[in-house]
Amino acid sequence: MLVTEKSTAVLDMRGVSKSFGQVVALRSGSLKVDAGSIHALVGENGAGKSTLIKIVAGVHRRGSGELLLDGEAVDFSSTAESKAAGVAVIYQEPTLFPDLSVTENIFMGRQLLSGGRRIDRAAMYAEAESLFKGLGVKIDPRRPALGLSIADQQIIEIAKAISLDARLLIMDEPTAALSGVEVERLFTVARRLRDEGRALVFISHRFDEVFALGDMVTVMRDGEYVATKRVADTNVDEIVELMVGREVSNLFPKKAAEIGDTVLQVDGLTSAGVFHDVTFKVRAGEIVGLAGLVGAGRSEIARAIFGVDSYHSGTVTLGGSSVPIGSPRAAIRAGMAFIPEDRRKQGLVTEASVARNVAGVIRNKLTKAGLLTQSVENAAAGPWAARLHVKTSALDMNANTMSGGNQQKVVIAKWLATNPTLLIIDEPTRGIDVVTKAEVHRLLSDLAGQGLAILMISSELPEVLGMADRVLVVCEGRITADIPRAEATPESVMRAATQSLEAHR
Amino acid sequence: MSATATEAPETHDALVEPSSLSPRRRAFNNIVKSREASILLVLVVVIAAATVKTPSFFFSGNSWRDLLLTPSILLLLAVGEAVVIITRNVDLSVGSVLGLTAYLTGRLFIDHPGINIMVVGVAGLLVGALLGLINGVLVGWGKVPSLVITLGTLYIYRGIVLTWAGSNRINASDMPSGFLDVGTKQILTIPVLFIVALVVLVAVGYYLHTARGGRELYAIGSDPDAAELYGLRVRRRVVSAFVLSGALAGLAGVVFAARYGTVSSDAGTGIELQAVAAVVIGGVAIFGGSGTVWGAAIGAVLLVTINRALPILGIPDFWQQALVGALIISAIVLDRVLNARRARHLIESRDNS
Repeated sequence: MLVTEKSTAVLDMRGVSKSFGQVVALRSGSLKVDAGSIHALVGENGAGKSTLIKIVAGVHRRGSGELLLDGEAVDFSSTAESKAAGVAVIYQEPTLFPDLSVTENIFMGRQLLSGGRRIDRAAMYAEAESLFKGLGVKIDPRRPALGLSIADQQIIEIAKAISLDARLLIMDEPTAALSGVEVERLFTVARRLRDEGRALVFISHRFDEVFALGDMVTVMRDGEYVATKRVADTNVDEIVELMVGREVSNLFPKKAAEIGDTVLQVDGLTSAGVFHDVTFKVRAGEIVGLAGLVGAGRSEIARAIFGVDSYHSGTVTLGGSSVPIGSPRAAIRAGMAFIPEDRRKQGLVTEASVARNVAGVIRNKLTKAGLLTQSVENAAAGPWAARLHVKTSALDMNANTMSGGNQQKVVIAKWLATNPTLLIIDEPTRGIDVVTKAEVHRLLSDLAGQGLAILMISSELPEVLGMADRVLVVCEGRITADIPRAEATPESVMRAATQSLEAHR
Repeated sequence: MSATATEAPETHDALVEPSSLSPRRRAFNNIVKSREASILLVLVVVIAAATVKTPSFFFSGNSWRDLLLTPSILLLLAVGEAVVIITRNVDLSVGSVLGLTAYLTGRLFIDHPGINIMVVGVAGLLVGALLGLINGVLVGWGKVPSLVITLGTLYIYRGIVLTWAGSNRINASDMPSGFLDVGTKQILTIPVLFIVALVVLVAVGYYLHTARGGRELYAIGSDPDAAELYGLRVRRRVVSAFVLSGALAGLAGVVFAARYGTVSSDAGTGIELQAVAAVVIGGVAIFGGSGTVWGAAIGAVLLVTINRALPILGIPDFWQQALVGALIISAIVLDRVLNARRARHLIESRDNS
């Protein structure tokens, strides 16, 4: 890699480090971003990408190393300072004020003023309108931020960055929650900003995006800089190799398993306005993938089957006996396990220990005379955590201090402790690094091999295609295709995921 | 307006796409659909009902004065409380602050005969601000929920009054008649104390709507973490909200002394809950970020008026309390329902666009 000394780099970080107490989050981070280019930052979880970004954003202060912005050494001690220097950061979860209007969100803290230091609302609305026009999106500047899709929220954040005239725009996994159309819109906006001469950095776990959008790509591993490549000169295999330091042979190792009897039978499930006439079955040893665009209703179907949400008509049958509407307790008793998408919020008590989390669902079985002791919890949780290789030195460790991958394993362990016959898992590997991802996949494959029926929701097409024995495609609340493994291709799934959209319009 | 009826189906869109409406229609919608308007309607209904039953409730010499005068103290407290609640905090110490400055007012007149009334007013304001500053600093730096902090200072401030006053009581005879007159004086039939409260209300309301600082208070209450990431000076804003609330409670203490003429160590006990109730009834979200001081002020007037009107309507004691409770709960439930509906409409419109 050639680095010319006199460059036009907007951002130049060299050997930046950061520790939190004993924990070294960033050993030696380097990143050099030129004006008018889009720079992808990739690496496994815990590689130090987010820490690096937060140092530029002024959230953390670096321990050592150099941080140059347009050739000038800077040291930000607050987000306000980095903002003033022309750095805009768009976090994974957009940080908007839901109660306030879109326009107020854009201008908060630096509202346009008229005479007497009064806020000039008319000017702000006009400015917001022209910003949206410039971005080529249609959002009403007067509406509240409440209820905006994540994609629109990101557009607001971008509009904010532009109104700040940011030289450097950093996006932390911007596409994690977007559907295909929304990703395309974001990319169009990003390219437009690049062509205006701004520098962009984006973190992504999806390689297709890195190659579709990035001009340059920097790989990090274990808190250290590994390499920077021109996107045009590299390929997925090389990047993956750089990320993990070895070659990952197969990301999606689904082994063939013996398919048994029908475990889950769903008939004509309907919930007005959410999903319609959903009928399918899952058999023992089978992994059924539920694919479709974000917002198609996949998670809603899963939640209804498990009984979290109720539905209007249809039946759910598990192992021959019907599961009542709206009762997760009954569903668990019948042998269902459900691992939700947002494990921090819905699947895990993050402030509790690993043992308590794992023992949580089976605590009724563990109580002696209505009392629950820690030793009983530890004894019950131990084998499960060990089987799943949860890297937690002690079971007493709090779940919120663990990485996303380990958290996911704890959640899986928690549910396996109930001896389920059906496992519903929503986005099993979202936000998980490549190696842990493979472990989760291997785990699911093993479980299917042991005769567990698995219903897997995933937005990642390669994951669905690699793991599922059958792919059910959901589009606008309807199942539009049931594709066996042999016939499932990216094209056939995507066609089914969008077809009824076209048919309805 | 005949156009209103035919345009009714569009109100759904109006919620979602306000910019597509004409400015005048937008303003009309904003006012008619506001929480303030509906709470004002309830107030009018209460007054009307009481007046029908007993015409002297509204149409007698003193009734108009009482209607405005009685809520003045609570109105001051509610304005300060609203600002604090908008930042997703709460100030429970306002009753004790009121008690302290009310007693202070009497002591100043006793210990410094001939002291200027304005000086006493400013003293009450400043002492209240200082007590509010203590609250704010503890909340800002202590990283402890304001509910706990101000519950603590509620007892501490009250303890100071109890120690200071003991069993002493300030009587009307201890205070100059010029001061007591303020409590009853009227300008163009409007009580002076109400005018004081109104001036405070307008000033705070104007600030919240048109100043950067005011909007930042909303932002902080809407999402404190996001406010931090925006680079807003969260701690400073929260502290100033508490200072304002304390100062207004201090002023309310002085007003209390002028209005009632007697002050004992338990003056204003429990009024903090009325202040919170007024704010909630007035449509300020208890978790911050939305609502106005206008609503809180109407809420305060409604709360006081209801307490006066219910006995006239012949409703037994127990039901009077229960009705106020029901009002508070329904205000919060209404808030939740409206919010959920709004969120659903906004999401639907997104899906349809």
